Amino acid sequence: MYASGKYSSRGPALIPRMKTKHRIYYITLFSVVLLGLIATGMFQFWPHSIESTADWTLDKRSVHDAPLVRLTLSSPIPERGDLSCRMHTCFDVYRCGYNPKNKIKVYIYPLQRFVDEMGVPISSTGLSREYNDLLSAISDSDFYTDDVTRACLFIPSIDVLNQNSLRVRETAQALAILSRWDKGMNHLLFNMLPGGPPDYNTALDVPRDRVLLAGGGFSTWTYRQGYDVSIPVYSPLSADIDLPERQPGPRHYFILSSQTAIHREYRAELERLKEENGEALLLLDKCSNLSQGAASARKRCYKGQVYDYPQILQESSFCVVLRGARLGQAALSDVLQAGCVPVILADSYILPFSEVLDWKRASVVIPEEKLSEMYTILKSIPHRQVEEMQRQARWFWEAYFSSMKAIGLTTLQIINDRIYPYAARTYEQWNNPPVVKWTSVNSPLFLPLIPPRAPGFTAVVLTYDRVESLFRVITEISKVPSLAKLLVVWNNQNKSPPEESLWPKIGVPLKVVRTKENKLSNRFFPYDEIETEAVLAIDDDIIMLTSDELQFGYEVWREFPDRLVGYPGRLHLWDHEMGKWKYESEWTNEVSMVLTGAAFYHKYFNYLYTYKMPGDIKNWVDAHMNCEDIAMNFLVANITGKAPIKVTPRKKFKCPECTAIDGLSLDQTHMVERSECINKFASVFGTMPLKVVEHRADPVLYKDDFPEKLKSFPNIGSL
Amino acid sequence: MQAKKRYLILFSAGACLIMLFCLGGIQVPLSRRGSSQRDERSLTGYHSWARWRRFPGYLQRFSSWDQAWSDDHNEHISPRQKRDANTGVYSGRRCRMESCFDFTLCERNGFKVYVYPQQKGEKMSESYQNILLSIESSRFYTADPGQACLFVLSLDTLDRDQLSPQYVHSLRAKIPSLPLWNGGKNHIIFNLYSGTWPDYTEDLGFDIGFAMLAKASISTENFRPNFDVSIPLFSKDHPRTGGQRGYLKHNAIPPFRKYMLVFKGKRYLTGIGSDTRNALYHVHNSEDVVLLTTCKHGKDWQKHKDARCDKDNLEYDKYDYREMLYNSTFCLVPRGRRLGSFRFLEALQAACVPVMLSNGWELPFSEIINWNTAAVIGDERLLLQIPSTVRSIHQDKILSLRQQTQFLWEAYFNSVEKIVLTTLEIIQDRVLRHTSRSSLMWNSLPGGLFTLPHYSTYLGDFPFYYAKLGIKPYPKFTAIIHVVTPLVSQSQPVMKLLVAMAKSQYCAQVIVLWNCDKPLPAKYRWPVTSVPVVVIEGESKVISSRFLPYDTIPTEAVLSLDEDTVLSTTEVDFAFTVWQSFPDRIIGYPARSHFWDSNKERWGYTSKWTNDYSMVLTGAAIYHKYYHYLYTSYLPNSLKSMVDQMSNCEDILMNFLVSSVTKLPPIKVTQKKQYKETMMGQSSRASRWADPDHFAQRQTCMNKFASWFGTMPLVHSQMRLDPVLFKDQVSILRKKYRDIERL
Repeated sequence: MYASGKYSSRGPALIPRMKTKHRIYYITLFSVVLLGLIATGMFQFWPHSIESTADWTLDKRSVHDAPLVRLTLSSPIPERGDLSCRMHTCFDVYRCGYNPKNKIKVYIYPLQRFVDEMGVPISSTGLSREYNDLLSAISDSDFYTDDVTRACLFIPSIDVLNQNSLRVRETAQALAILSRWDKGMNHLLFNMLPGGPPDYNTALDVPRDRVLLAGGGFSTWTYRQGYDVSIPVYSPLSADIDLPERQPGPRHYFILSSQTAIHREYRAELERLKEENGEALLLLDKCSNLSQGAASARKRCYKGQVYDYPQILQESSFCVVLRGARLGQAALSDVLQAGCVPVILADSYILPFSEVLDWKRASVVIPEEKLSEMYTILKSIPHRQVEEMQRQARWFWEAYFSSMKAIGLTTLQIINDRIYPYAARTYEQWNNPPVVKWTSVNSPLFLPLIPPRAPGFTAVVLTYDRVESLFRVITEISKVPSLAKLLVVWNNQNKSPPEESLWPKIGVPLKVVRTKENKLSNRFFPYDEIETEAVLAIDDDIIMLTSDELQFGYEVWREFPDRLVGYPGRLHLWDHEMGKWKYESEWTNEVSMVLTGAAFYHKYFNYLYTYKMPGDIKNWVDAHMNCEDIAMNFLVANITGKAPIKVTPRKKFKCPECTAIDGLSLDQTHMVERSECINKFASVFGTMPLKVVEHRADPVLYKDDFPEKLKSFPNIGSL
Repeated sequence: MQAKKRYLILFSAGACLIMLFCLGGIQVPLSRRGSSQRDERSLTGYHSWARWRRFPGYLQRFSSWDQAWSDDHNEHISPRQKRDANTGVYSGRRCRMESCFDFTLCERNGFKVYVYPQQKGEKMSESYQNILLSIESSRFYTADPGQACLFVLSLDTLDRDQLSPQYVHSLRAKIPSLPLWNGGKNHIIFNLYSGTWPDYTEDLGFDIGFAMLAKASISTENFRPNFDVSIPLFSKDHPRTGGQRGYLKHNAIPPFRKYMLVFKGKRYLTGIGSDTRNALYHVHNSEDVVLLTTCKHGKDWQKHKDARCDKDNLEYDKYDYREMLYNSTFCLVPRGRRLGSFRFLEALQAACVPVMLSNGWELPFSEIINWNTAAVIGDERLLLQIPSTVRSIHQDKILSLRQQTQFLWEAYFNSVEKIVLTTLEIIQDRVLRHTSRSSLMWNSLPGGLFTLPHYSTYLGDFPFYYAKLGIKPYPKFTAIIHVVTPLVSQSQPVMKLLVAMAKSQYCAQVIVLWNCDKPLPAKYRWPVTSVPVVVIEGESKVISSRFLPYDTIPTEAVLSLDEDTVLSTTEVDFAFTVWQSFPDRIIGYPARSHFWDSNKERWGYTSKWTNDYSMVLTGAAIYHKYYHYLYTSYLPNSLKSMVDQMSNCEDILMNFLVSSVTKLPPIKVTQKKQYKETMMGQSSRASRWADPDHFAQRQTCMNKFASWFGTMPLVHSQMRLDPVLFKDQVSILRKKYRDIERL
């Protein structure tokens, strides 16, 4: 109001000589327009007000308010599903396109109520609670888009989870009139209970043309590998009952059968097994004295004794999941939730998410014909494997079965992985439970390679201003046969390196890199000048290493290219009194670190140190000017899970005359600081990755009574 | 003037109105206000319907309990009958193991493969001969069709291209008349080429009936999942055994090579499969993406040649294929006439990550290999995106893709034998479903052919997966002493040995393997020890029985000992701590070496003191129990019986086996060179070491083994492992392994 008043008062000044009649007309028009503009602007650019009003309408919104769509008798029916469909024939990949995030966009059709000509709905349940959960989970996820033109995948809001509650022909007609239907291209349908009596097809009977089907209970004949997605049959019990995770281990019963609708032939066979093996088996059935309904679904009986279901599943090591009329059974979900190992007897059944899940680690699949041998087969499985399977089963449930959200998003992720296979989730990501993900290591240099000797190694000398000592080191190292190049990292910004003519003349290229800042991490930078895989990091005062020792170190590195191979060994210890880690530089029987003052390692670790060091360790080291070697040891041990290798007995490196091992190491404050580093790094890594070993590497003929001339590495110092 | 102003105002008012409508698009419908009540409701609700959100309130469950229960009660047909009915319904192109394979044949004798006898006069390609030879020398082979579970024809079905000289005629008549054919049940048919110009169909030209296909270039449409096996296309020069190593020698950092993506090949001007290669020039940039095609193929290529041909041909001749292959990060593998091409294996071996551009090709061994870890699966339809896709792949990923190509190449592809064995193992895994390999066994080192699920289906029972599972082996070992001489005195070396081993803090059990012809001595004659001593009487008394996977071995680590071995408790303790760091290798004391004798053109064996070694003797060595199983089950009877007859070389064979699994050398610990009294010359007793033939035999063994493995698996090492303070100038009291110093 205020705005309009202000503007209208200005009006006359703008149009002074206009006739009053017209003037009033224009002024009114103008102010109306302006008012409208302002109002629209506020409406458009005030997102909060929109949301709040929408939220307000949300409560009022109900399924029954969805627009009604009347199907006519002559409305088209899609063709039956095409069994030869594959991603490259029935899926329009152009819709997904190249996408820097490698994520597909999913559109969900707005809810409509479909009725036939007579006004009878096409489905008896309409939108089910589960499908509602599924769609809202997808709409809350990163996959969702409400822009139909940007979508790669379309999900109809027509609920076909249970074929029994819908009218097949009419549902198909409803699908065909969807706005983007196009023969079902890029459409995804979720179905858990396919088929119906008497023959129970293993895939949804609704004609659906090229639709991608996420189905529970596919058989190998209806499942289009690489196109359809096999999903679990959701068990509504999961939502109601909270079964706490149980530690893996032996349980009271060995085998449990808790399904209620087992064919009498199979039940007879199970009874026979029970007779043979007695108490180890528990066969439960429906309780005859209870009326049907949700309450009776949670009880099972054996000879009048009542058991709580699904709690009883936790009392057994193995749980039988037999096929019924359908291949997919909701019991599988209950069994997994209980951490019981499913014994699946359903020939030709495609296990849920089998495209990505390794069911061999979580279940036992036995042909139906071998039901009678089940006991012997299960007995032959090692105990530790049973425990691993129990853990794995529970993890599968938690990650992929526990809710409609989990099922829906897993399905989308699988399709996503097919469209962007180079960015697909790995086997480990899909299959390793968190505890294994945390403790396991997948070394980035996993191939057992012994690289050829010929390329040699690049020595990287970090120096500040000790030119004399540096030149001595360079002269010594240049004698090593496999040296390929020498790189001096000049870390002093205030002083220029000596003139080229003053440097020692050596037989290999010598490069000097000047750094911008005096930082310790400069020594671990993956310089382009390093053209070899092997890097020798060496301090500018390590003058005592012989050429034989260095060459031998390189040979050992070739046998262990994924480890740190170094000369001075150190140890970390747990200080029980202080309750923390302690750094040890005494001569001990054990080694868990080698100092990078003289160590060979793979150039990959330079890259890791510079770009992938966890937390703030890199900056912390640069700030404290200490512990870069400990950080490197942590990094390598953490990613490879392997201990470093100390080579040769060498203990003294700097000056032959000194009585102490290293001048620096004896300093008490230095030791305290190094201990602090270990504690700091262990807390950043969240674990202590260092591995303690009791060996060091020596040449094969070291200290042997053998002519020195014939030894490859005769000059190995003993101090 | 006034009119002008009036128009101006009118115009600006109009502009404002248009702006208003543009900004407030939603208000357009408002102007239509006044239509029916119902209509308005759906229109105002438009926004909230477009974006999906949860519907509140009570909704029904998707299935009710009553329904779930009553459903299954409707079933009247016996499941058994239903299963049998499958056989009739699902045959031909719908064959699956459940409907077209007779499992009962495999139950009696396990997974045995029978090869039809070769008939005279039948021509057979070299490749097919290699396939048959590989089966016949495998442990699955049986000569008795009555024992067989799987049958392989001796009629060459590899090349079914009618225009090919290798084409075998009249198979249509010959195959069904074979006495054991049985409609093709439990047969497997190997095929590399099918169909011919111009359509290259996947028809073999005869009725395969119920038989399985092991076929190259098979399409997903024709591939029967879990029934057929997709094999790689291999050339006739592909070695039968052994096979070449991968090309990758080092993991360069950064992992980029000279070229990013390369391809060099023919371009088909007409007919099937020409589209993709015709379009490659769009992506070619002659810098780091070099995709070259030539039109020159066939006699009449000039008839069809198009405007690009001359330019393409010129560019094509500028580059060398090998040079590109070895210097490129990625290699394009586009479809040719058929879906698969030789280029796939070539790229794999060259550690050039294959970029697949062959829609609908069921990749080789897709049932078990997760190709996403070793290749980039592209889509022909998105050719233009390929360069940006490969450039977006992270360095770490390239590093791992590249290593995986090498692992897969060496594990499953580098020889005809590996391809055939992988095919058979895949089928065996289907037949014995509850003892089959998990995906991890197939896709990580050392690969499925070396991890036999009959040993255990638990990953933690193998020496290869400790790190992957984040677990450690059980920290104890079992000592197995191989005894061949009767027990005469209590001061015999074996007694001392037994006591010393039992004293080790890591010893869980001592097993005495009684391979002596004399009867077992009474129980009381064995020394009393703190750990259990189990005496096993060898049944066959042959030397290979020391490597049997006895159930009585409770630990993963096995310490193998000869009866006259001299070993102290300290030495064993140290070796065991080393083994815990290297559970997949053999850890031993005295070492031996092999070398290539270029004068005699054969492998030589030496026990001289050398600067390197490639074997450690198993008369005193620690290794994983699984190698017992592998020795017994994986190695062919021919080698094992050779060892048994000579009572020699069992240690060499074990070293061959373990090195072929790990591709790494064994580990020698401590200075120890001799480990027997006889070796030290303190005993006059005749020993096999004193036998002059002994050494010559070992030489022969080396060459026999190398020829069976098809390659020399042994690897040299130049280092040994000693205790950290070994021979250090510190007080002996500070040293944990003091005894080792004294030797």
